[in-house]
Amino acid sequence: MDKQHIRLTVNGQAMEADVEPRLLLVHLLRDVFGLTGTHIGCDSSHCGACTVLLDGRSVKSCTVLAVSADGASLGTIEGMAEGGKLHPLQQAFWDQHGLQCGFCTPGMIMQASWLLEQNPDPTEQEIREGIAGNLCRCTGYVNIVKAIQQAAGELAAEPAEPAAAS
Amino acid sequence: MTDVKVTTTPEVAGMGHSMKRKEDPRFIRGQGQYIDDLVLPNMVWMDIVRSPYAHAKILGIDASEALAVPGVLAVITGKDLEAAGLHWMPTLAGDKQMVLPTDTVMYQAQEVAAVIADSRYAAADGAAAVYVDYEPLPVVVDPFKSLEPDAPVLRPDRGPEKANNHIWHWESGDREATEAALAASDVVVEENIYIPRIHVASIETCGCIADWDPVREHLDLHITSQAPHAYRTVVSLVSGIPEHKIRVKTHDIGGGFGGKVPVYPGYVIAVVASLTLGRPVKWIEDRSENLQADSFARDYHINVKLGATKDGKITALQAKTLADHGYTDAAADPSKFPAGLFNVITGSYDMANAFVEVDAAYTNKPPGGVAYRCSFRVTEAVHAVERVADIMAHELGQDPADFRFRNFIQPEQFPYHTPTGWEYDSGDYPAALRKAMDIIGYEDLRREQAEKRERGELMGIGISSFTEIVGAGPSHTFDILGLKMFDSCEIRVHPTGSAIARIGVQTQGQGHETTFAQIIAEELGIPASAITIEYGDTDTAPYGLGTYASRSTPVAGAATAVAARKIRDKARKIAAHLLEASEDDLEWENGRFFVRGSPDKAKTIQELAFAAYTNHPQGMEAGLEAVDYYDPPNLTFPFGSYICVVDIDKQTGRVNIRRFVAVDDCGNIINPMIVDGQIHGGLTMGLAPSLYEEIRYDENGNNLAGNFMEYLVPTAVETPAWETDKTITPSPHHPIGAKGVGESATVGAPPAIANAVVDALWHLGVRNIDIPITPQKVWAILKDKGVLE
Repeated sequence: MDKQHIRLTVNGQAMEADVEPRLLLVHLLRDVFGLTGTHIGCDSSHCGACTVLLDGRSVKSCTVLAVSADGASLGTIEGMAEGGKLHPLQQAFWDQHGLQCGFCTPGMIMQASWLLEQNPDPTEQEIREGIAGNLCRCTGYVNIVKAIQQAAGELAAEPAEPAAAS
Repeated sequence: MTDVKVTTTPEVAGMGHSMKRKEDPRFIRGQGQYIDDLVLPNMVWMDIVRSPYAHAKILGIDASEALAVPGVLAVITGKDLEAAGLHWMPTLAGDKQMVLPTDTVMYQAQEVAAVIADSRYAAADGAAAVYVDYEPLPVVVDPFKSLEPDAPVLRPDRGPEKANNHIWHWESGDREATEAALAASDVVVEENIYIPRIHVASIETCGCIADWDPVREHLDLHITSQAPHAYRTVVSLVSGIPEHKIRVKTHDIGGGFGGKVPVYPGYVIAVVASLTLGRPVKWIEDRSENLQADSFARDYHINVKLGATKDGKITALQAKTLADHGYTDAAADPSKFPAGLFNVITGSYDMANAFVEVDAAYTNKPPGGVAYRCSFRVTEAVHAVERVADIMAHELGQDPADFRFRNFIQPEQFPYHTPTGWEYDSGDYPAALRKAMDIIGYEDLRREQAEKRERGELMGIGISSFTEIVGAGPSHTFDILGLKMFDSCEIRVHPTGSAIARIGVQTQGQGHETTFAQIIAEELGIPASAITIEYGDTDTAPYGLGTYASRSTPVAGAATAVAARKIRDKARKIAAHLLEASEDDLEWENGRFFVRGSPDKAKTIQELAFAAYTNHPQGMEAGLEAVDYYDPPNLTFPFGSYICVVDIDKQTGRVNIRRFVAVDDCGNIINPMIVDGQIHGGLTMGLAPSLYEEIRYDENGNNLAGNFMEYLVPTAVETPAWETDKTITPSPHHPIGAKGVGESATVGAPPAIANAVVDALWHLGVRNIDIPITPQKVWAILKDKGVLE
């Protein structure tokens, strides 16, 4: 299969690759770029473990072709901590015991970052609806909701920092 | 909230501290290492060809087109494995299972061939290009029909003397006495209850990398396993590779819940492929493969009878059950317990008579009855007794709470011997139910319900007062494939006072790196932050049976405390030497020994550790380490009372869980934050089969829920905001008084939900609704009863 050359920015770094047109974005990240923080949990775009930010919007990277991300700016879990300092969402997931096996966590954090970007002060119900595309089998979501509430509070109190992907 | 006792400072973080988890820094940064994250030099990929038929003869397999696909290196079929005697393998239950079929497929999505290629995509291309010629055979999906005399015999390999589909019969208790007691009872209620087939659906699927090194003649097996040592032994026995030439490594595991206990055909094929090619072979299951082919839970058809006096005192319980195991019994139950611990079915109630019998049948389905956050049939038992107890209470016109209080085993009756042979270690059942009722405001809810019923609104309140049975188990009774169910811990204290401990159990999210460090911190006073916990490498960790059935804390947790106490015993001798005192004159407190009466004459554990390597008494071995293989004297019996309040939408039949209060008692608590997290997750996996999840098959054996579009894992929207609290009744026989908690909520929640729904509908003449209680089922009932709006 003929390969296509793509260029994109991942967590602020310019990257490029020759890829088959059918290559999924999640496989580009994981298998080509070695960014294995983004996970794969299903084959029907229901679980959200592969959630990343594509030009600032949350997408399930198992449902995006790598070639269609040509020229785009991507944000993944690896780009969330800046200068060694955890993003408030990462800190909050740790503080609130918002993870157990950790497999859904990167996708959940990326989705939560998109949610808080859209709605900096969500109600509990809005948080629950905002992460409905991300499945967690361990936590029962109670502490994930608390973590997102904690991060929302901290982000509101801080001066705005540039988002990882933009 | 219940106060958990703590005796250590937050810096030491022994038992009772909600210490933040030591494993989280890597997970929140995306730096966990799960199986598919691992890439080895020269690695190749494997993909599996699966059967579209539930039962069919294989007339031929044509791999020529697949072998022509660029990148494809090999195609492996059952005939290839047969040459090495590897086409069948033993299951953990002592039955056998095909690795790859040579002539017949037994369920839809069964492995038929494997394609090895130099990339993930090429392997998938190759799998799509393998052509298999099938001749469909009659399909058996109903276990009752499977046992009829004219049913096709599914497993002719069992020989002519077993020319039927009956696997085994198992019974427990006294049939005659129970039947006599039921006949003499004032009231007997009887119900048929089906517990549906479900799948654990951990968000990470199963997978492995088999890495055979032909020069060293050594196999590294990187794998998603909850029981790495057992895997090593099984792989050695099946393959003939000497056990010292096999190293099983697990890395991080993205959820297990029992689904990562069995050895799956894909693992064995990957090992064969690596042996053949001399290269590392990676196999990662897709979600739809995971939901169609590896292993499933429950699938229990239970007939249960409960007898009582007219005053509401239980006299006897009898259960007759048919278990659908699919085409092979691949359950992970202890070998003497083919129906697991189902005979814990007398639950939290004092009764003199009980009898249970279980028959198991083959059908054209993948293995059933394996695991779903409870491997040993406790969920099925608790559902049956809690449902039938509720039916009895309603039948007698008694409040379900009053009925339970009347029948609870009382605190002073422990240790309590059940009529099916268990010795419950400790419990205070009335206290847990009373606490749950107080939190939820039970009396007010009953008043509200009565008012609403007057107005035609449907509101229900459901109780579940369950008793769990975990911590398998004592070696005189418990083994899997002959391996006794002890577990282990090895601790080494370093000269500068920090430590490493290796354990025989395997976290899949439970937080062992934190909680096992806290146990040692409690026992030795070394800060938990200065203790590394390792597991999941069979070359370094002591042998253990792994993590499932809530056995980590009851068994390996006990081993950890005992190993730490062995270290303390040696430290005492060193302290006596350094302080020039008699050992008997030394007292231990907060991580130090001091001379009785002279508290400033003391040596800390750190000083003693240093001395163990620099100034140990002559004649004593240097160093400060210990190992313990703990053989528990009994199981532990966590319990709890859950109350669920539901409102039913009379237009759609939708059940809305308004509140759910869970009061759990898991004995002494190591880390309250982690215990609550376990309960939240367990409740959600109790909710799932109650309202949403079911793996159903059509008459041709097609799996109707084989992907996440059809299999409804609850999202944050469906999941209620769980309310949790505790009572604490320590286990009298466990070294730290703990009992285990991972599965309690999954076991306890479904009957609370089902009881609440039936409670809302009882006045309309509804006695039972099988889970999952879908809007369709409730809608049909509302329509039938003429109350649909």
